[in-house]
Amino acid sequence: MKLNRFGVGAIALAASGALVLSGCSTNGGDNAGSGDNSGKAIITANGSEPENGLVPTNTNETGGGRIINSLFTGLVSYDAKGAPQLDVAKSITTEDSQHFTVVLNDDREFSNGEKVTAKSFVDAWNWAAQVSSKQNNQSFFEDIEGFNAEADSELTGLKVVSDTEFTITLNQPVSDFELRLGYSAYVPLPEGAIKDAAAFGEHPIGNGPYKLAGDKAWTHKENIKLVKNEKYKGPREAKNDGLTIVFYSDPTAAYADLRSNNLDVLDQIPSSDLAKFQDDLGKRAINQPAAIFQSFTIPERLEHFSGEEGKLRRAAISQAINRPQITKTIFSETRTPAHDFTSPVIPGYSADVEGSDVVNFNADKAKELWAQADAIKPWSGTFQIAYNADGGHQSWVDAVTNQLKNVLGIDASGAPVPVFSAFRQEVTSGNIQTAFRTGWQGDYPGLYNFLAPLYATGASSNDGKYSNPEVDALLKDGLAATNIDDANKKFQAAQTILFTDLPAIPLWYSTVNGGFSDKVDNVVFSWNSQPIYEGITKK
Amino acid sequence: MARYIFFRLLQAIPVLLGTTLLIYYMVFAMPGDPILALFGDKTPTAAQIEALREQYHLNEPFIMQYLRFLGGIFVGDLGTTYSGQPVISVLQSTFPVTLRLALLALIIETVFGIGLGLLSGLRKGGASDNIILAFSLLLISLPIFVIAFVLQYLLSFQLGIFRATVGEGAPWSDLMLPAIVLATASVAQIIRLARTSVIETAGQDFVRTAYGKGLSRGRVIPVHILRNSLIPVVTYIGTDLGVMMVGATVTEGIFNVPGVGRTLFQAIRQSEGPTVVSFVTVMVLLYLILNLLIDLLYAVLDPRIRYVK
Repeated sequence: MKLNRFGVGAIALAASGALVLSGCSTNGGDNAGSGDNSGKAIITANGSEPENGLVPTNTNETGGGRIINSLFTGLVSYDAKGAPQLDVAKSITTEDSQHFTVVLNDDREFSNGEKVTAKSFVDAWNWAAQVSSKQNNQSFFEDIEGFNAEADSELTGLKVVSDTEFTITLNQPVSDFELRLGYSAYVPLPEGAIKDAAAFGEHPIGNGPYKLAGDKAWTHKENIKLVKNEKYKGPREAKNDGLTIVFYSDPTAAYADLRSNNLDVLDQIPSSDLAKFQDDLGKRAINQPAAIFQSFTIPERLEHFSGEEGKLRRAAISQAINRPQITKTIFSETRTPAHDFTSPVIPGYSADVEGSDVVNFNADKAKELWAQADAIKPWSGTFQIAYNADGGHQSWVDAVTNQLKNVLGIDASGAPVPVFSAFRQEVTSGNIQTAFRTGWQGDYPGLYNFLAPLYATGASSNDGKYSNPEVDALLKDGLAATNIDDANKKFQAAQTILFTDLPAIPLWYSTVNGGFSDKVDNVVFSWNSQPIYEGITKK
Repeated sequence: MARYIFFRLLQAIPVLLGTTLLIYYMVFAMPGDPILALFGDKTPTAAQIEALREQYHLNEPFIMQYLRFLGGIFVGDLGTTYSGQPVISVLQSTFPVTLRLALLALIIETVFGIGLGLLSGLRKGGASDNIILAFSLLLISLPIFVIAFVLQYLLSFQLGIFRATVGEGAPWSDLMLPAIVLATASVAQIIRLARTSVIETAGQDFVRTAYGKGLSRGRVIPVHILRNSLIPVVTYIGTDLGVMMVGATVTEGIFNVPGVGRTLFQAIRQSEGPTVVSFVTVMVLLYLILNLLIDLLYAVLDPRIRYVK
């Protein structure tokens, strides 16, 4: 009892101390956020400090991405389902999916009053495509005529016709090009941005639904404040007055803020709370599929994994994994078992592509296939899956390798690499002597984006160095198709081949787990797992 | 005295050079390629990697990178982070926050630690001594993140006294809760140190003499007992301030404090050489200065200690 009293006394004393201290502080009492904005509907959301300056073509991570998406908008933007809708463009026309004519709305402006013209697009893209510009998203321009990944070279495929019109010529037909245009690499930049990209990255000026709330809007490592851009006239007009993105290093802190109503929208639940956040938040909890595909890759060059033997062993391994059990017990249903190589949120997705049986758990079949492979060459050694130990992967890797042990009767284990950067170095060097974790988050909502960069011969993220001319041909045919439905048929056919070759063993799709406070309404998460900030309203 | 301080500061130079060299080498030798990590699960082209390596001077040999860093210090340029921010501005924005947090924690732990330790020492074996002892044992045995989560749950979610995390600009009132958490572990240590020290001092001849001269308890306890018992406590508090200035990674993470610990942790994970080394340099400097201050305080507390050299 006495102990208790002491506790309360200490707190009361400490609290009164705090009041005195805050009364005389000079630099700590700047509560501008709550003071200036009284009466205004400012939404607060979680985020993280951008890894690079806020230049659209240099931002390839979600911390900066969510800010870029709010500050800029492209020729098209995506609706919640991932379907493209015209935004800056009035029309985009093409006959052959290779030559495009883009006509712009003539009333669009950057937040500084400068007009958005054809030149704003052409100059920005041309600059970002140069090697010397050192832009992380350079590869997005590789299909435009004139592109060269090794040296600076002008994009000759871009031609300004007038202030409101330009044409795009691609190296080959690309049926989903219009769909890609919603990605943030393809947004326009105002004049002067490319002259000093570093300075622009500190004070970006965009054409999107929000703009920076003044010169000091970005407090590094703390937050960034955006306000509604009144000059924006498009489908993404903000229904609130502003957006403050607070940077968290630890999702538990963000979740604590959400539960105490200090934060309006959260798109990441700490793993310790995954099992119970839906009970905690009730109707304010969000758990929906995300455009994230997870797998592990067994490269051909590993012993026992080449040729016919490798095919049999991969199929056996895939069928030895009980995915629903793992997504349920380890991930508390915050992953859903994979049925293909893409994601259910992508238009054109199908859960029963021909050949997809191979991702269903079937212990007998797995043993049978493994025995067939042993007949070709008896198994030896340990099957290992490499992963980065700083990303929370240990539990599922252990579960998967345990299942392999139990079903196939082989020695299997995880092979942790301490940090992500070291893990990626081992994987990209091509010397790694084990299977390894792989994953993909869609850049734009198209099947092609989940297949070509990972499984086409020589593709940038083809970490397993997989190569199959049939897959290459089908992907190419799909791109050459003149409409997206025909294209998707080809892409699904390519997946059927992937199911027999299994260049990656599909595991599951991530879901986005989040929630919102009881001070806001109309919270919708889009196909790319981010809240559609502009649509949120304050109660 | 002045001479003594001068020589102590002179000693600091080789220590600083040595630590920066060591730390820089450790960051350099960390496994993995920070440029690859910037691209996540995607793989950049060779030309992109090359261009970025050049930009961050990562393709130079270690000693060149280190000398470049050292040279930069003299012109006030500590390099830039991967997000293009000068490291010096990161230092300027994070250290004051951590300093304020540390000061707050220090005040709490000093007041309660010495107060309870004195009470406990003077009433040795009494009921209050036992209760305080049990209480301090409890605090020592709890890991800091348990204390943090429990206090956050009770004081923020249930009672609503404090904000659950530190808000914009890190106002003093928001720093209170993390400061209490930081202080709890040290409070227990200080209580125990102060108690032992007070018991020892209270049994000394000069205390008996003071009472014998007819001085009141109100004078003997603060002037004769407390002052002479403080040396071990001050040593502890000094080093503790050093530890807290280095940043409490766990606590800063839980309460989202934009301070040193959180920032340094992220920088280490991203292998941001200049940021890590700059932070550590400042920390070493702070440690050295604090240690000097503690040594000087000894002389103030105990008249028998004099620095003549």
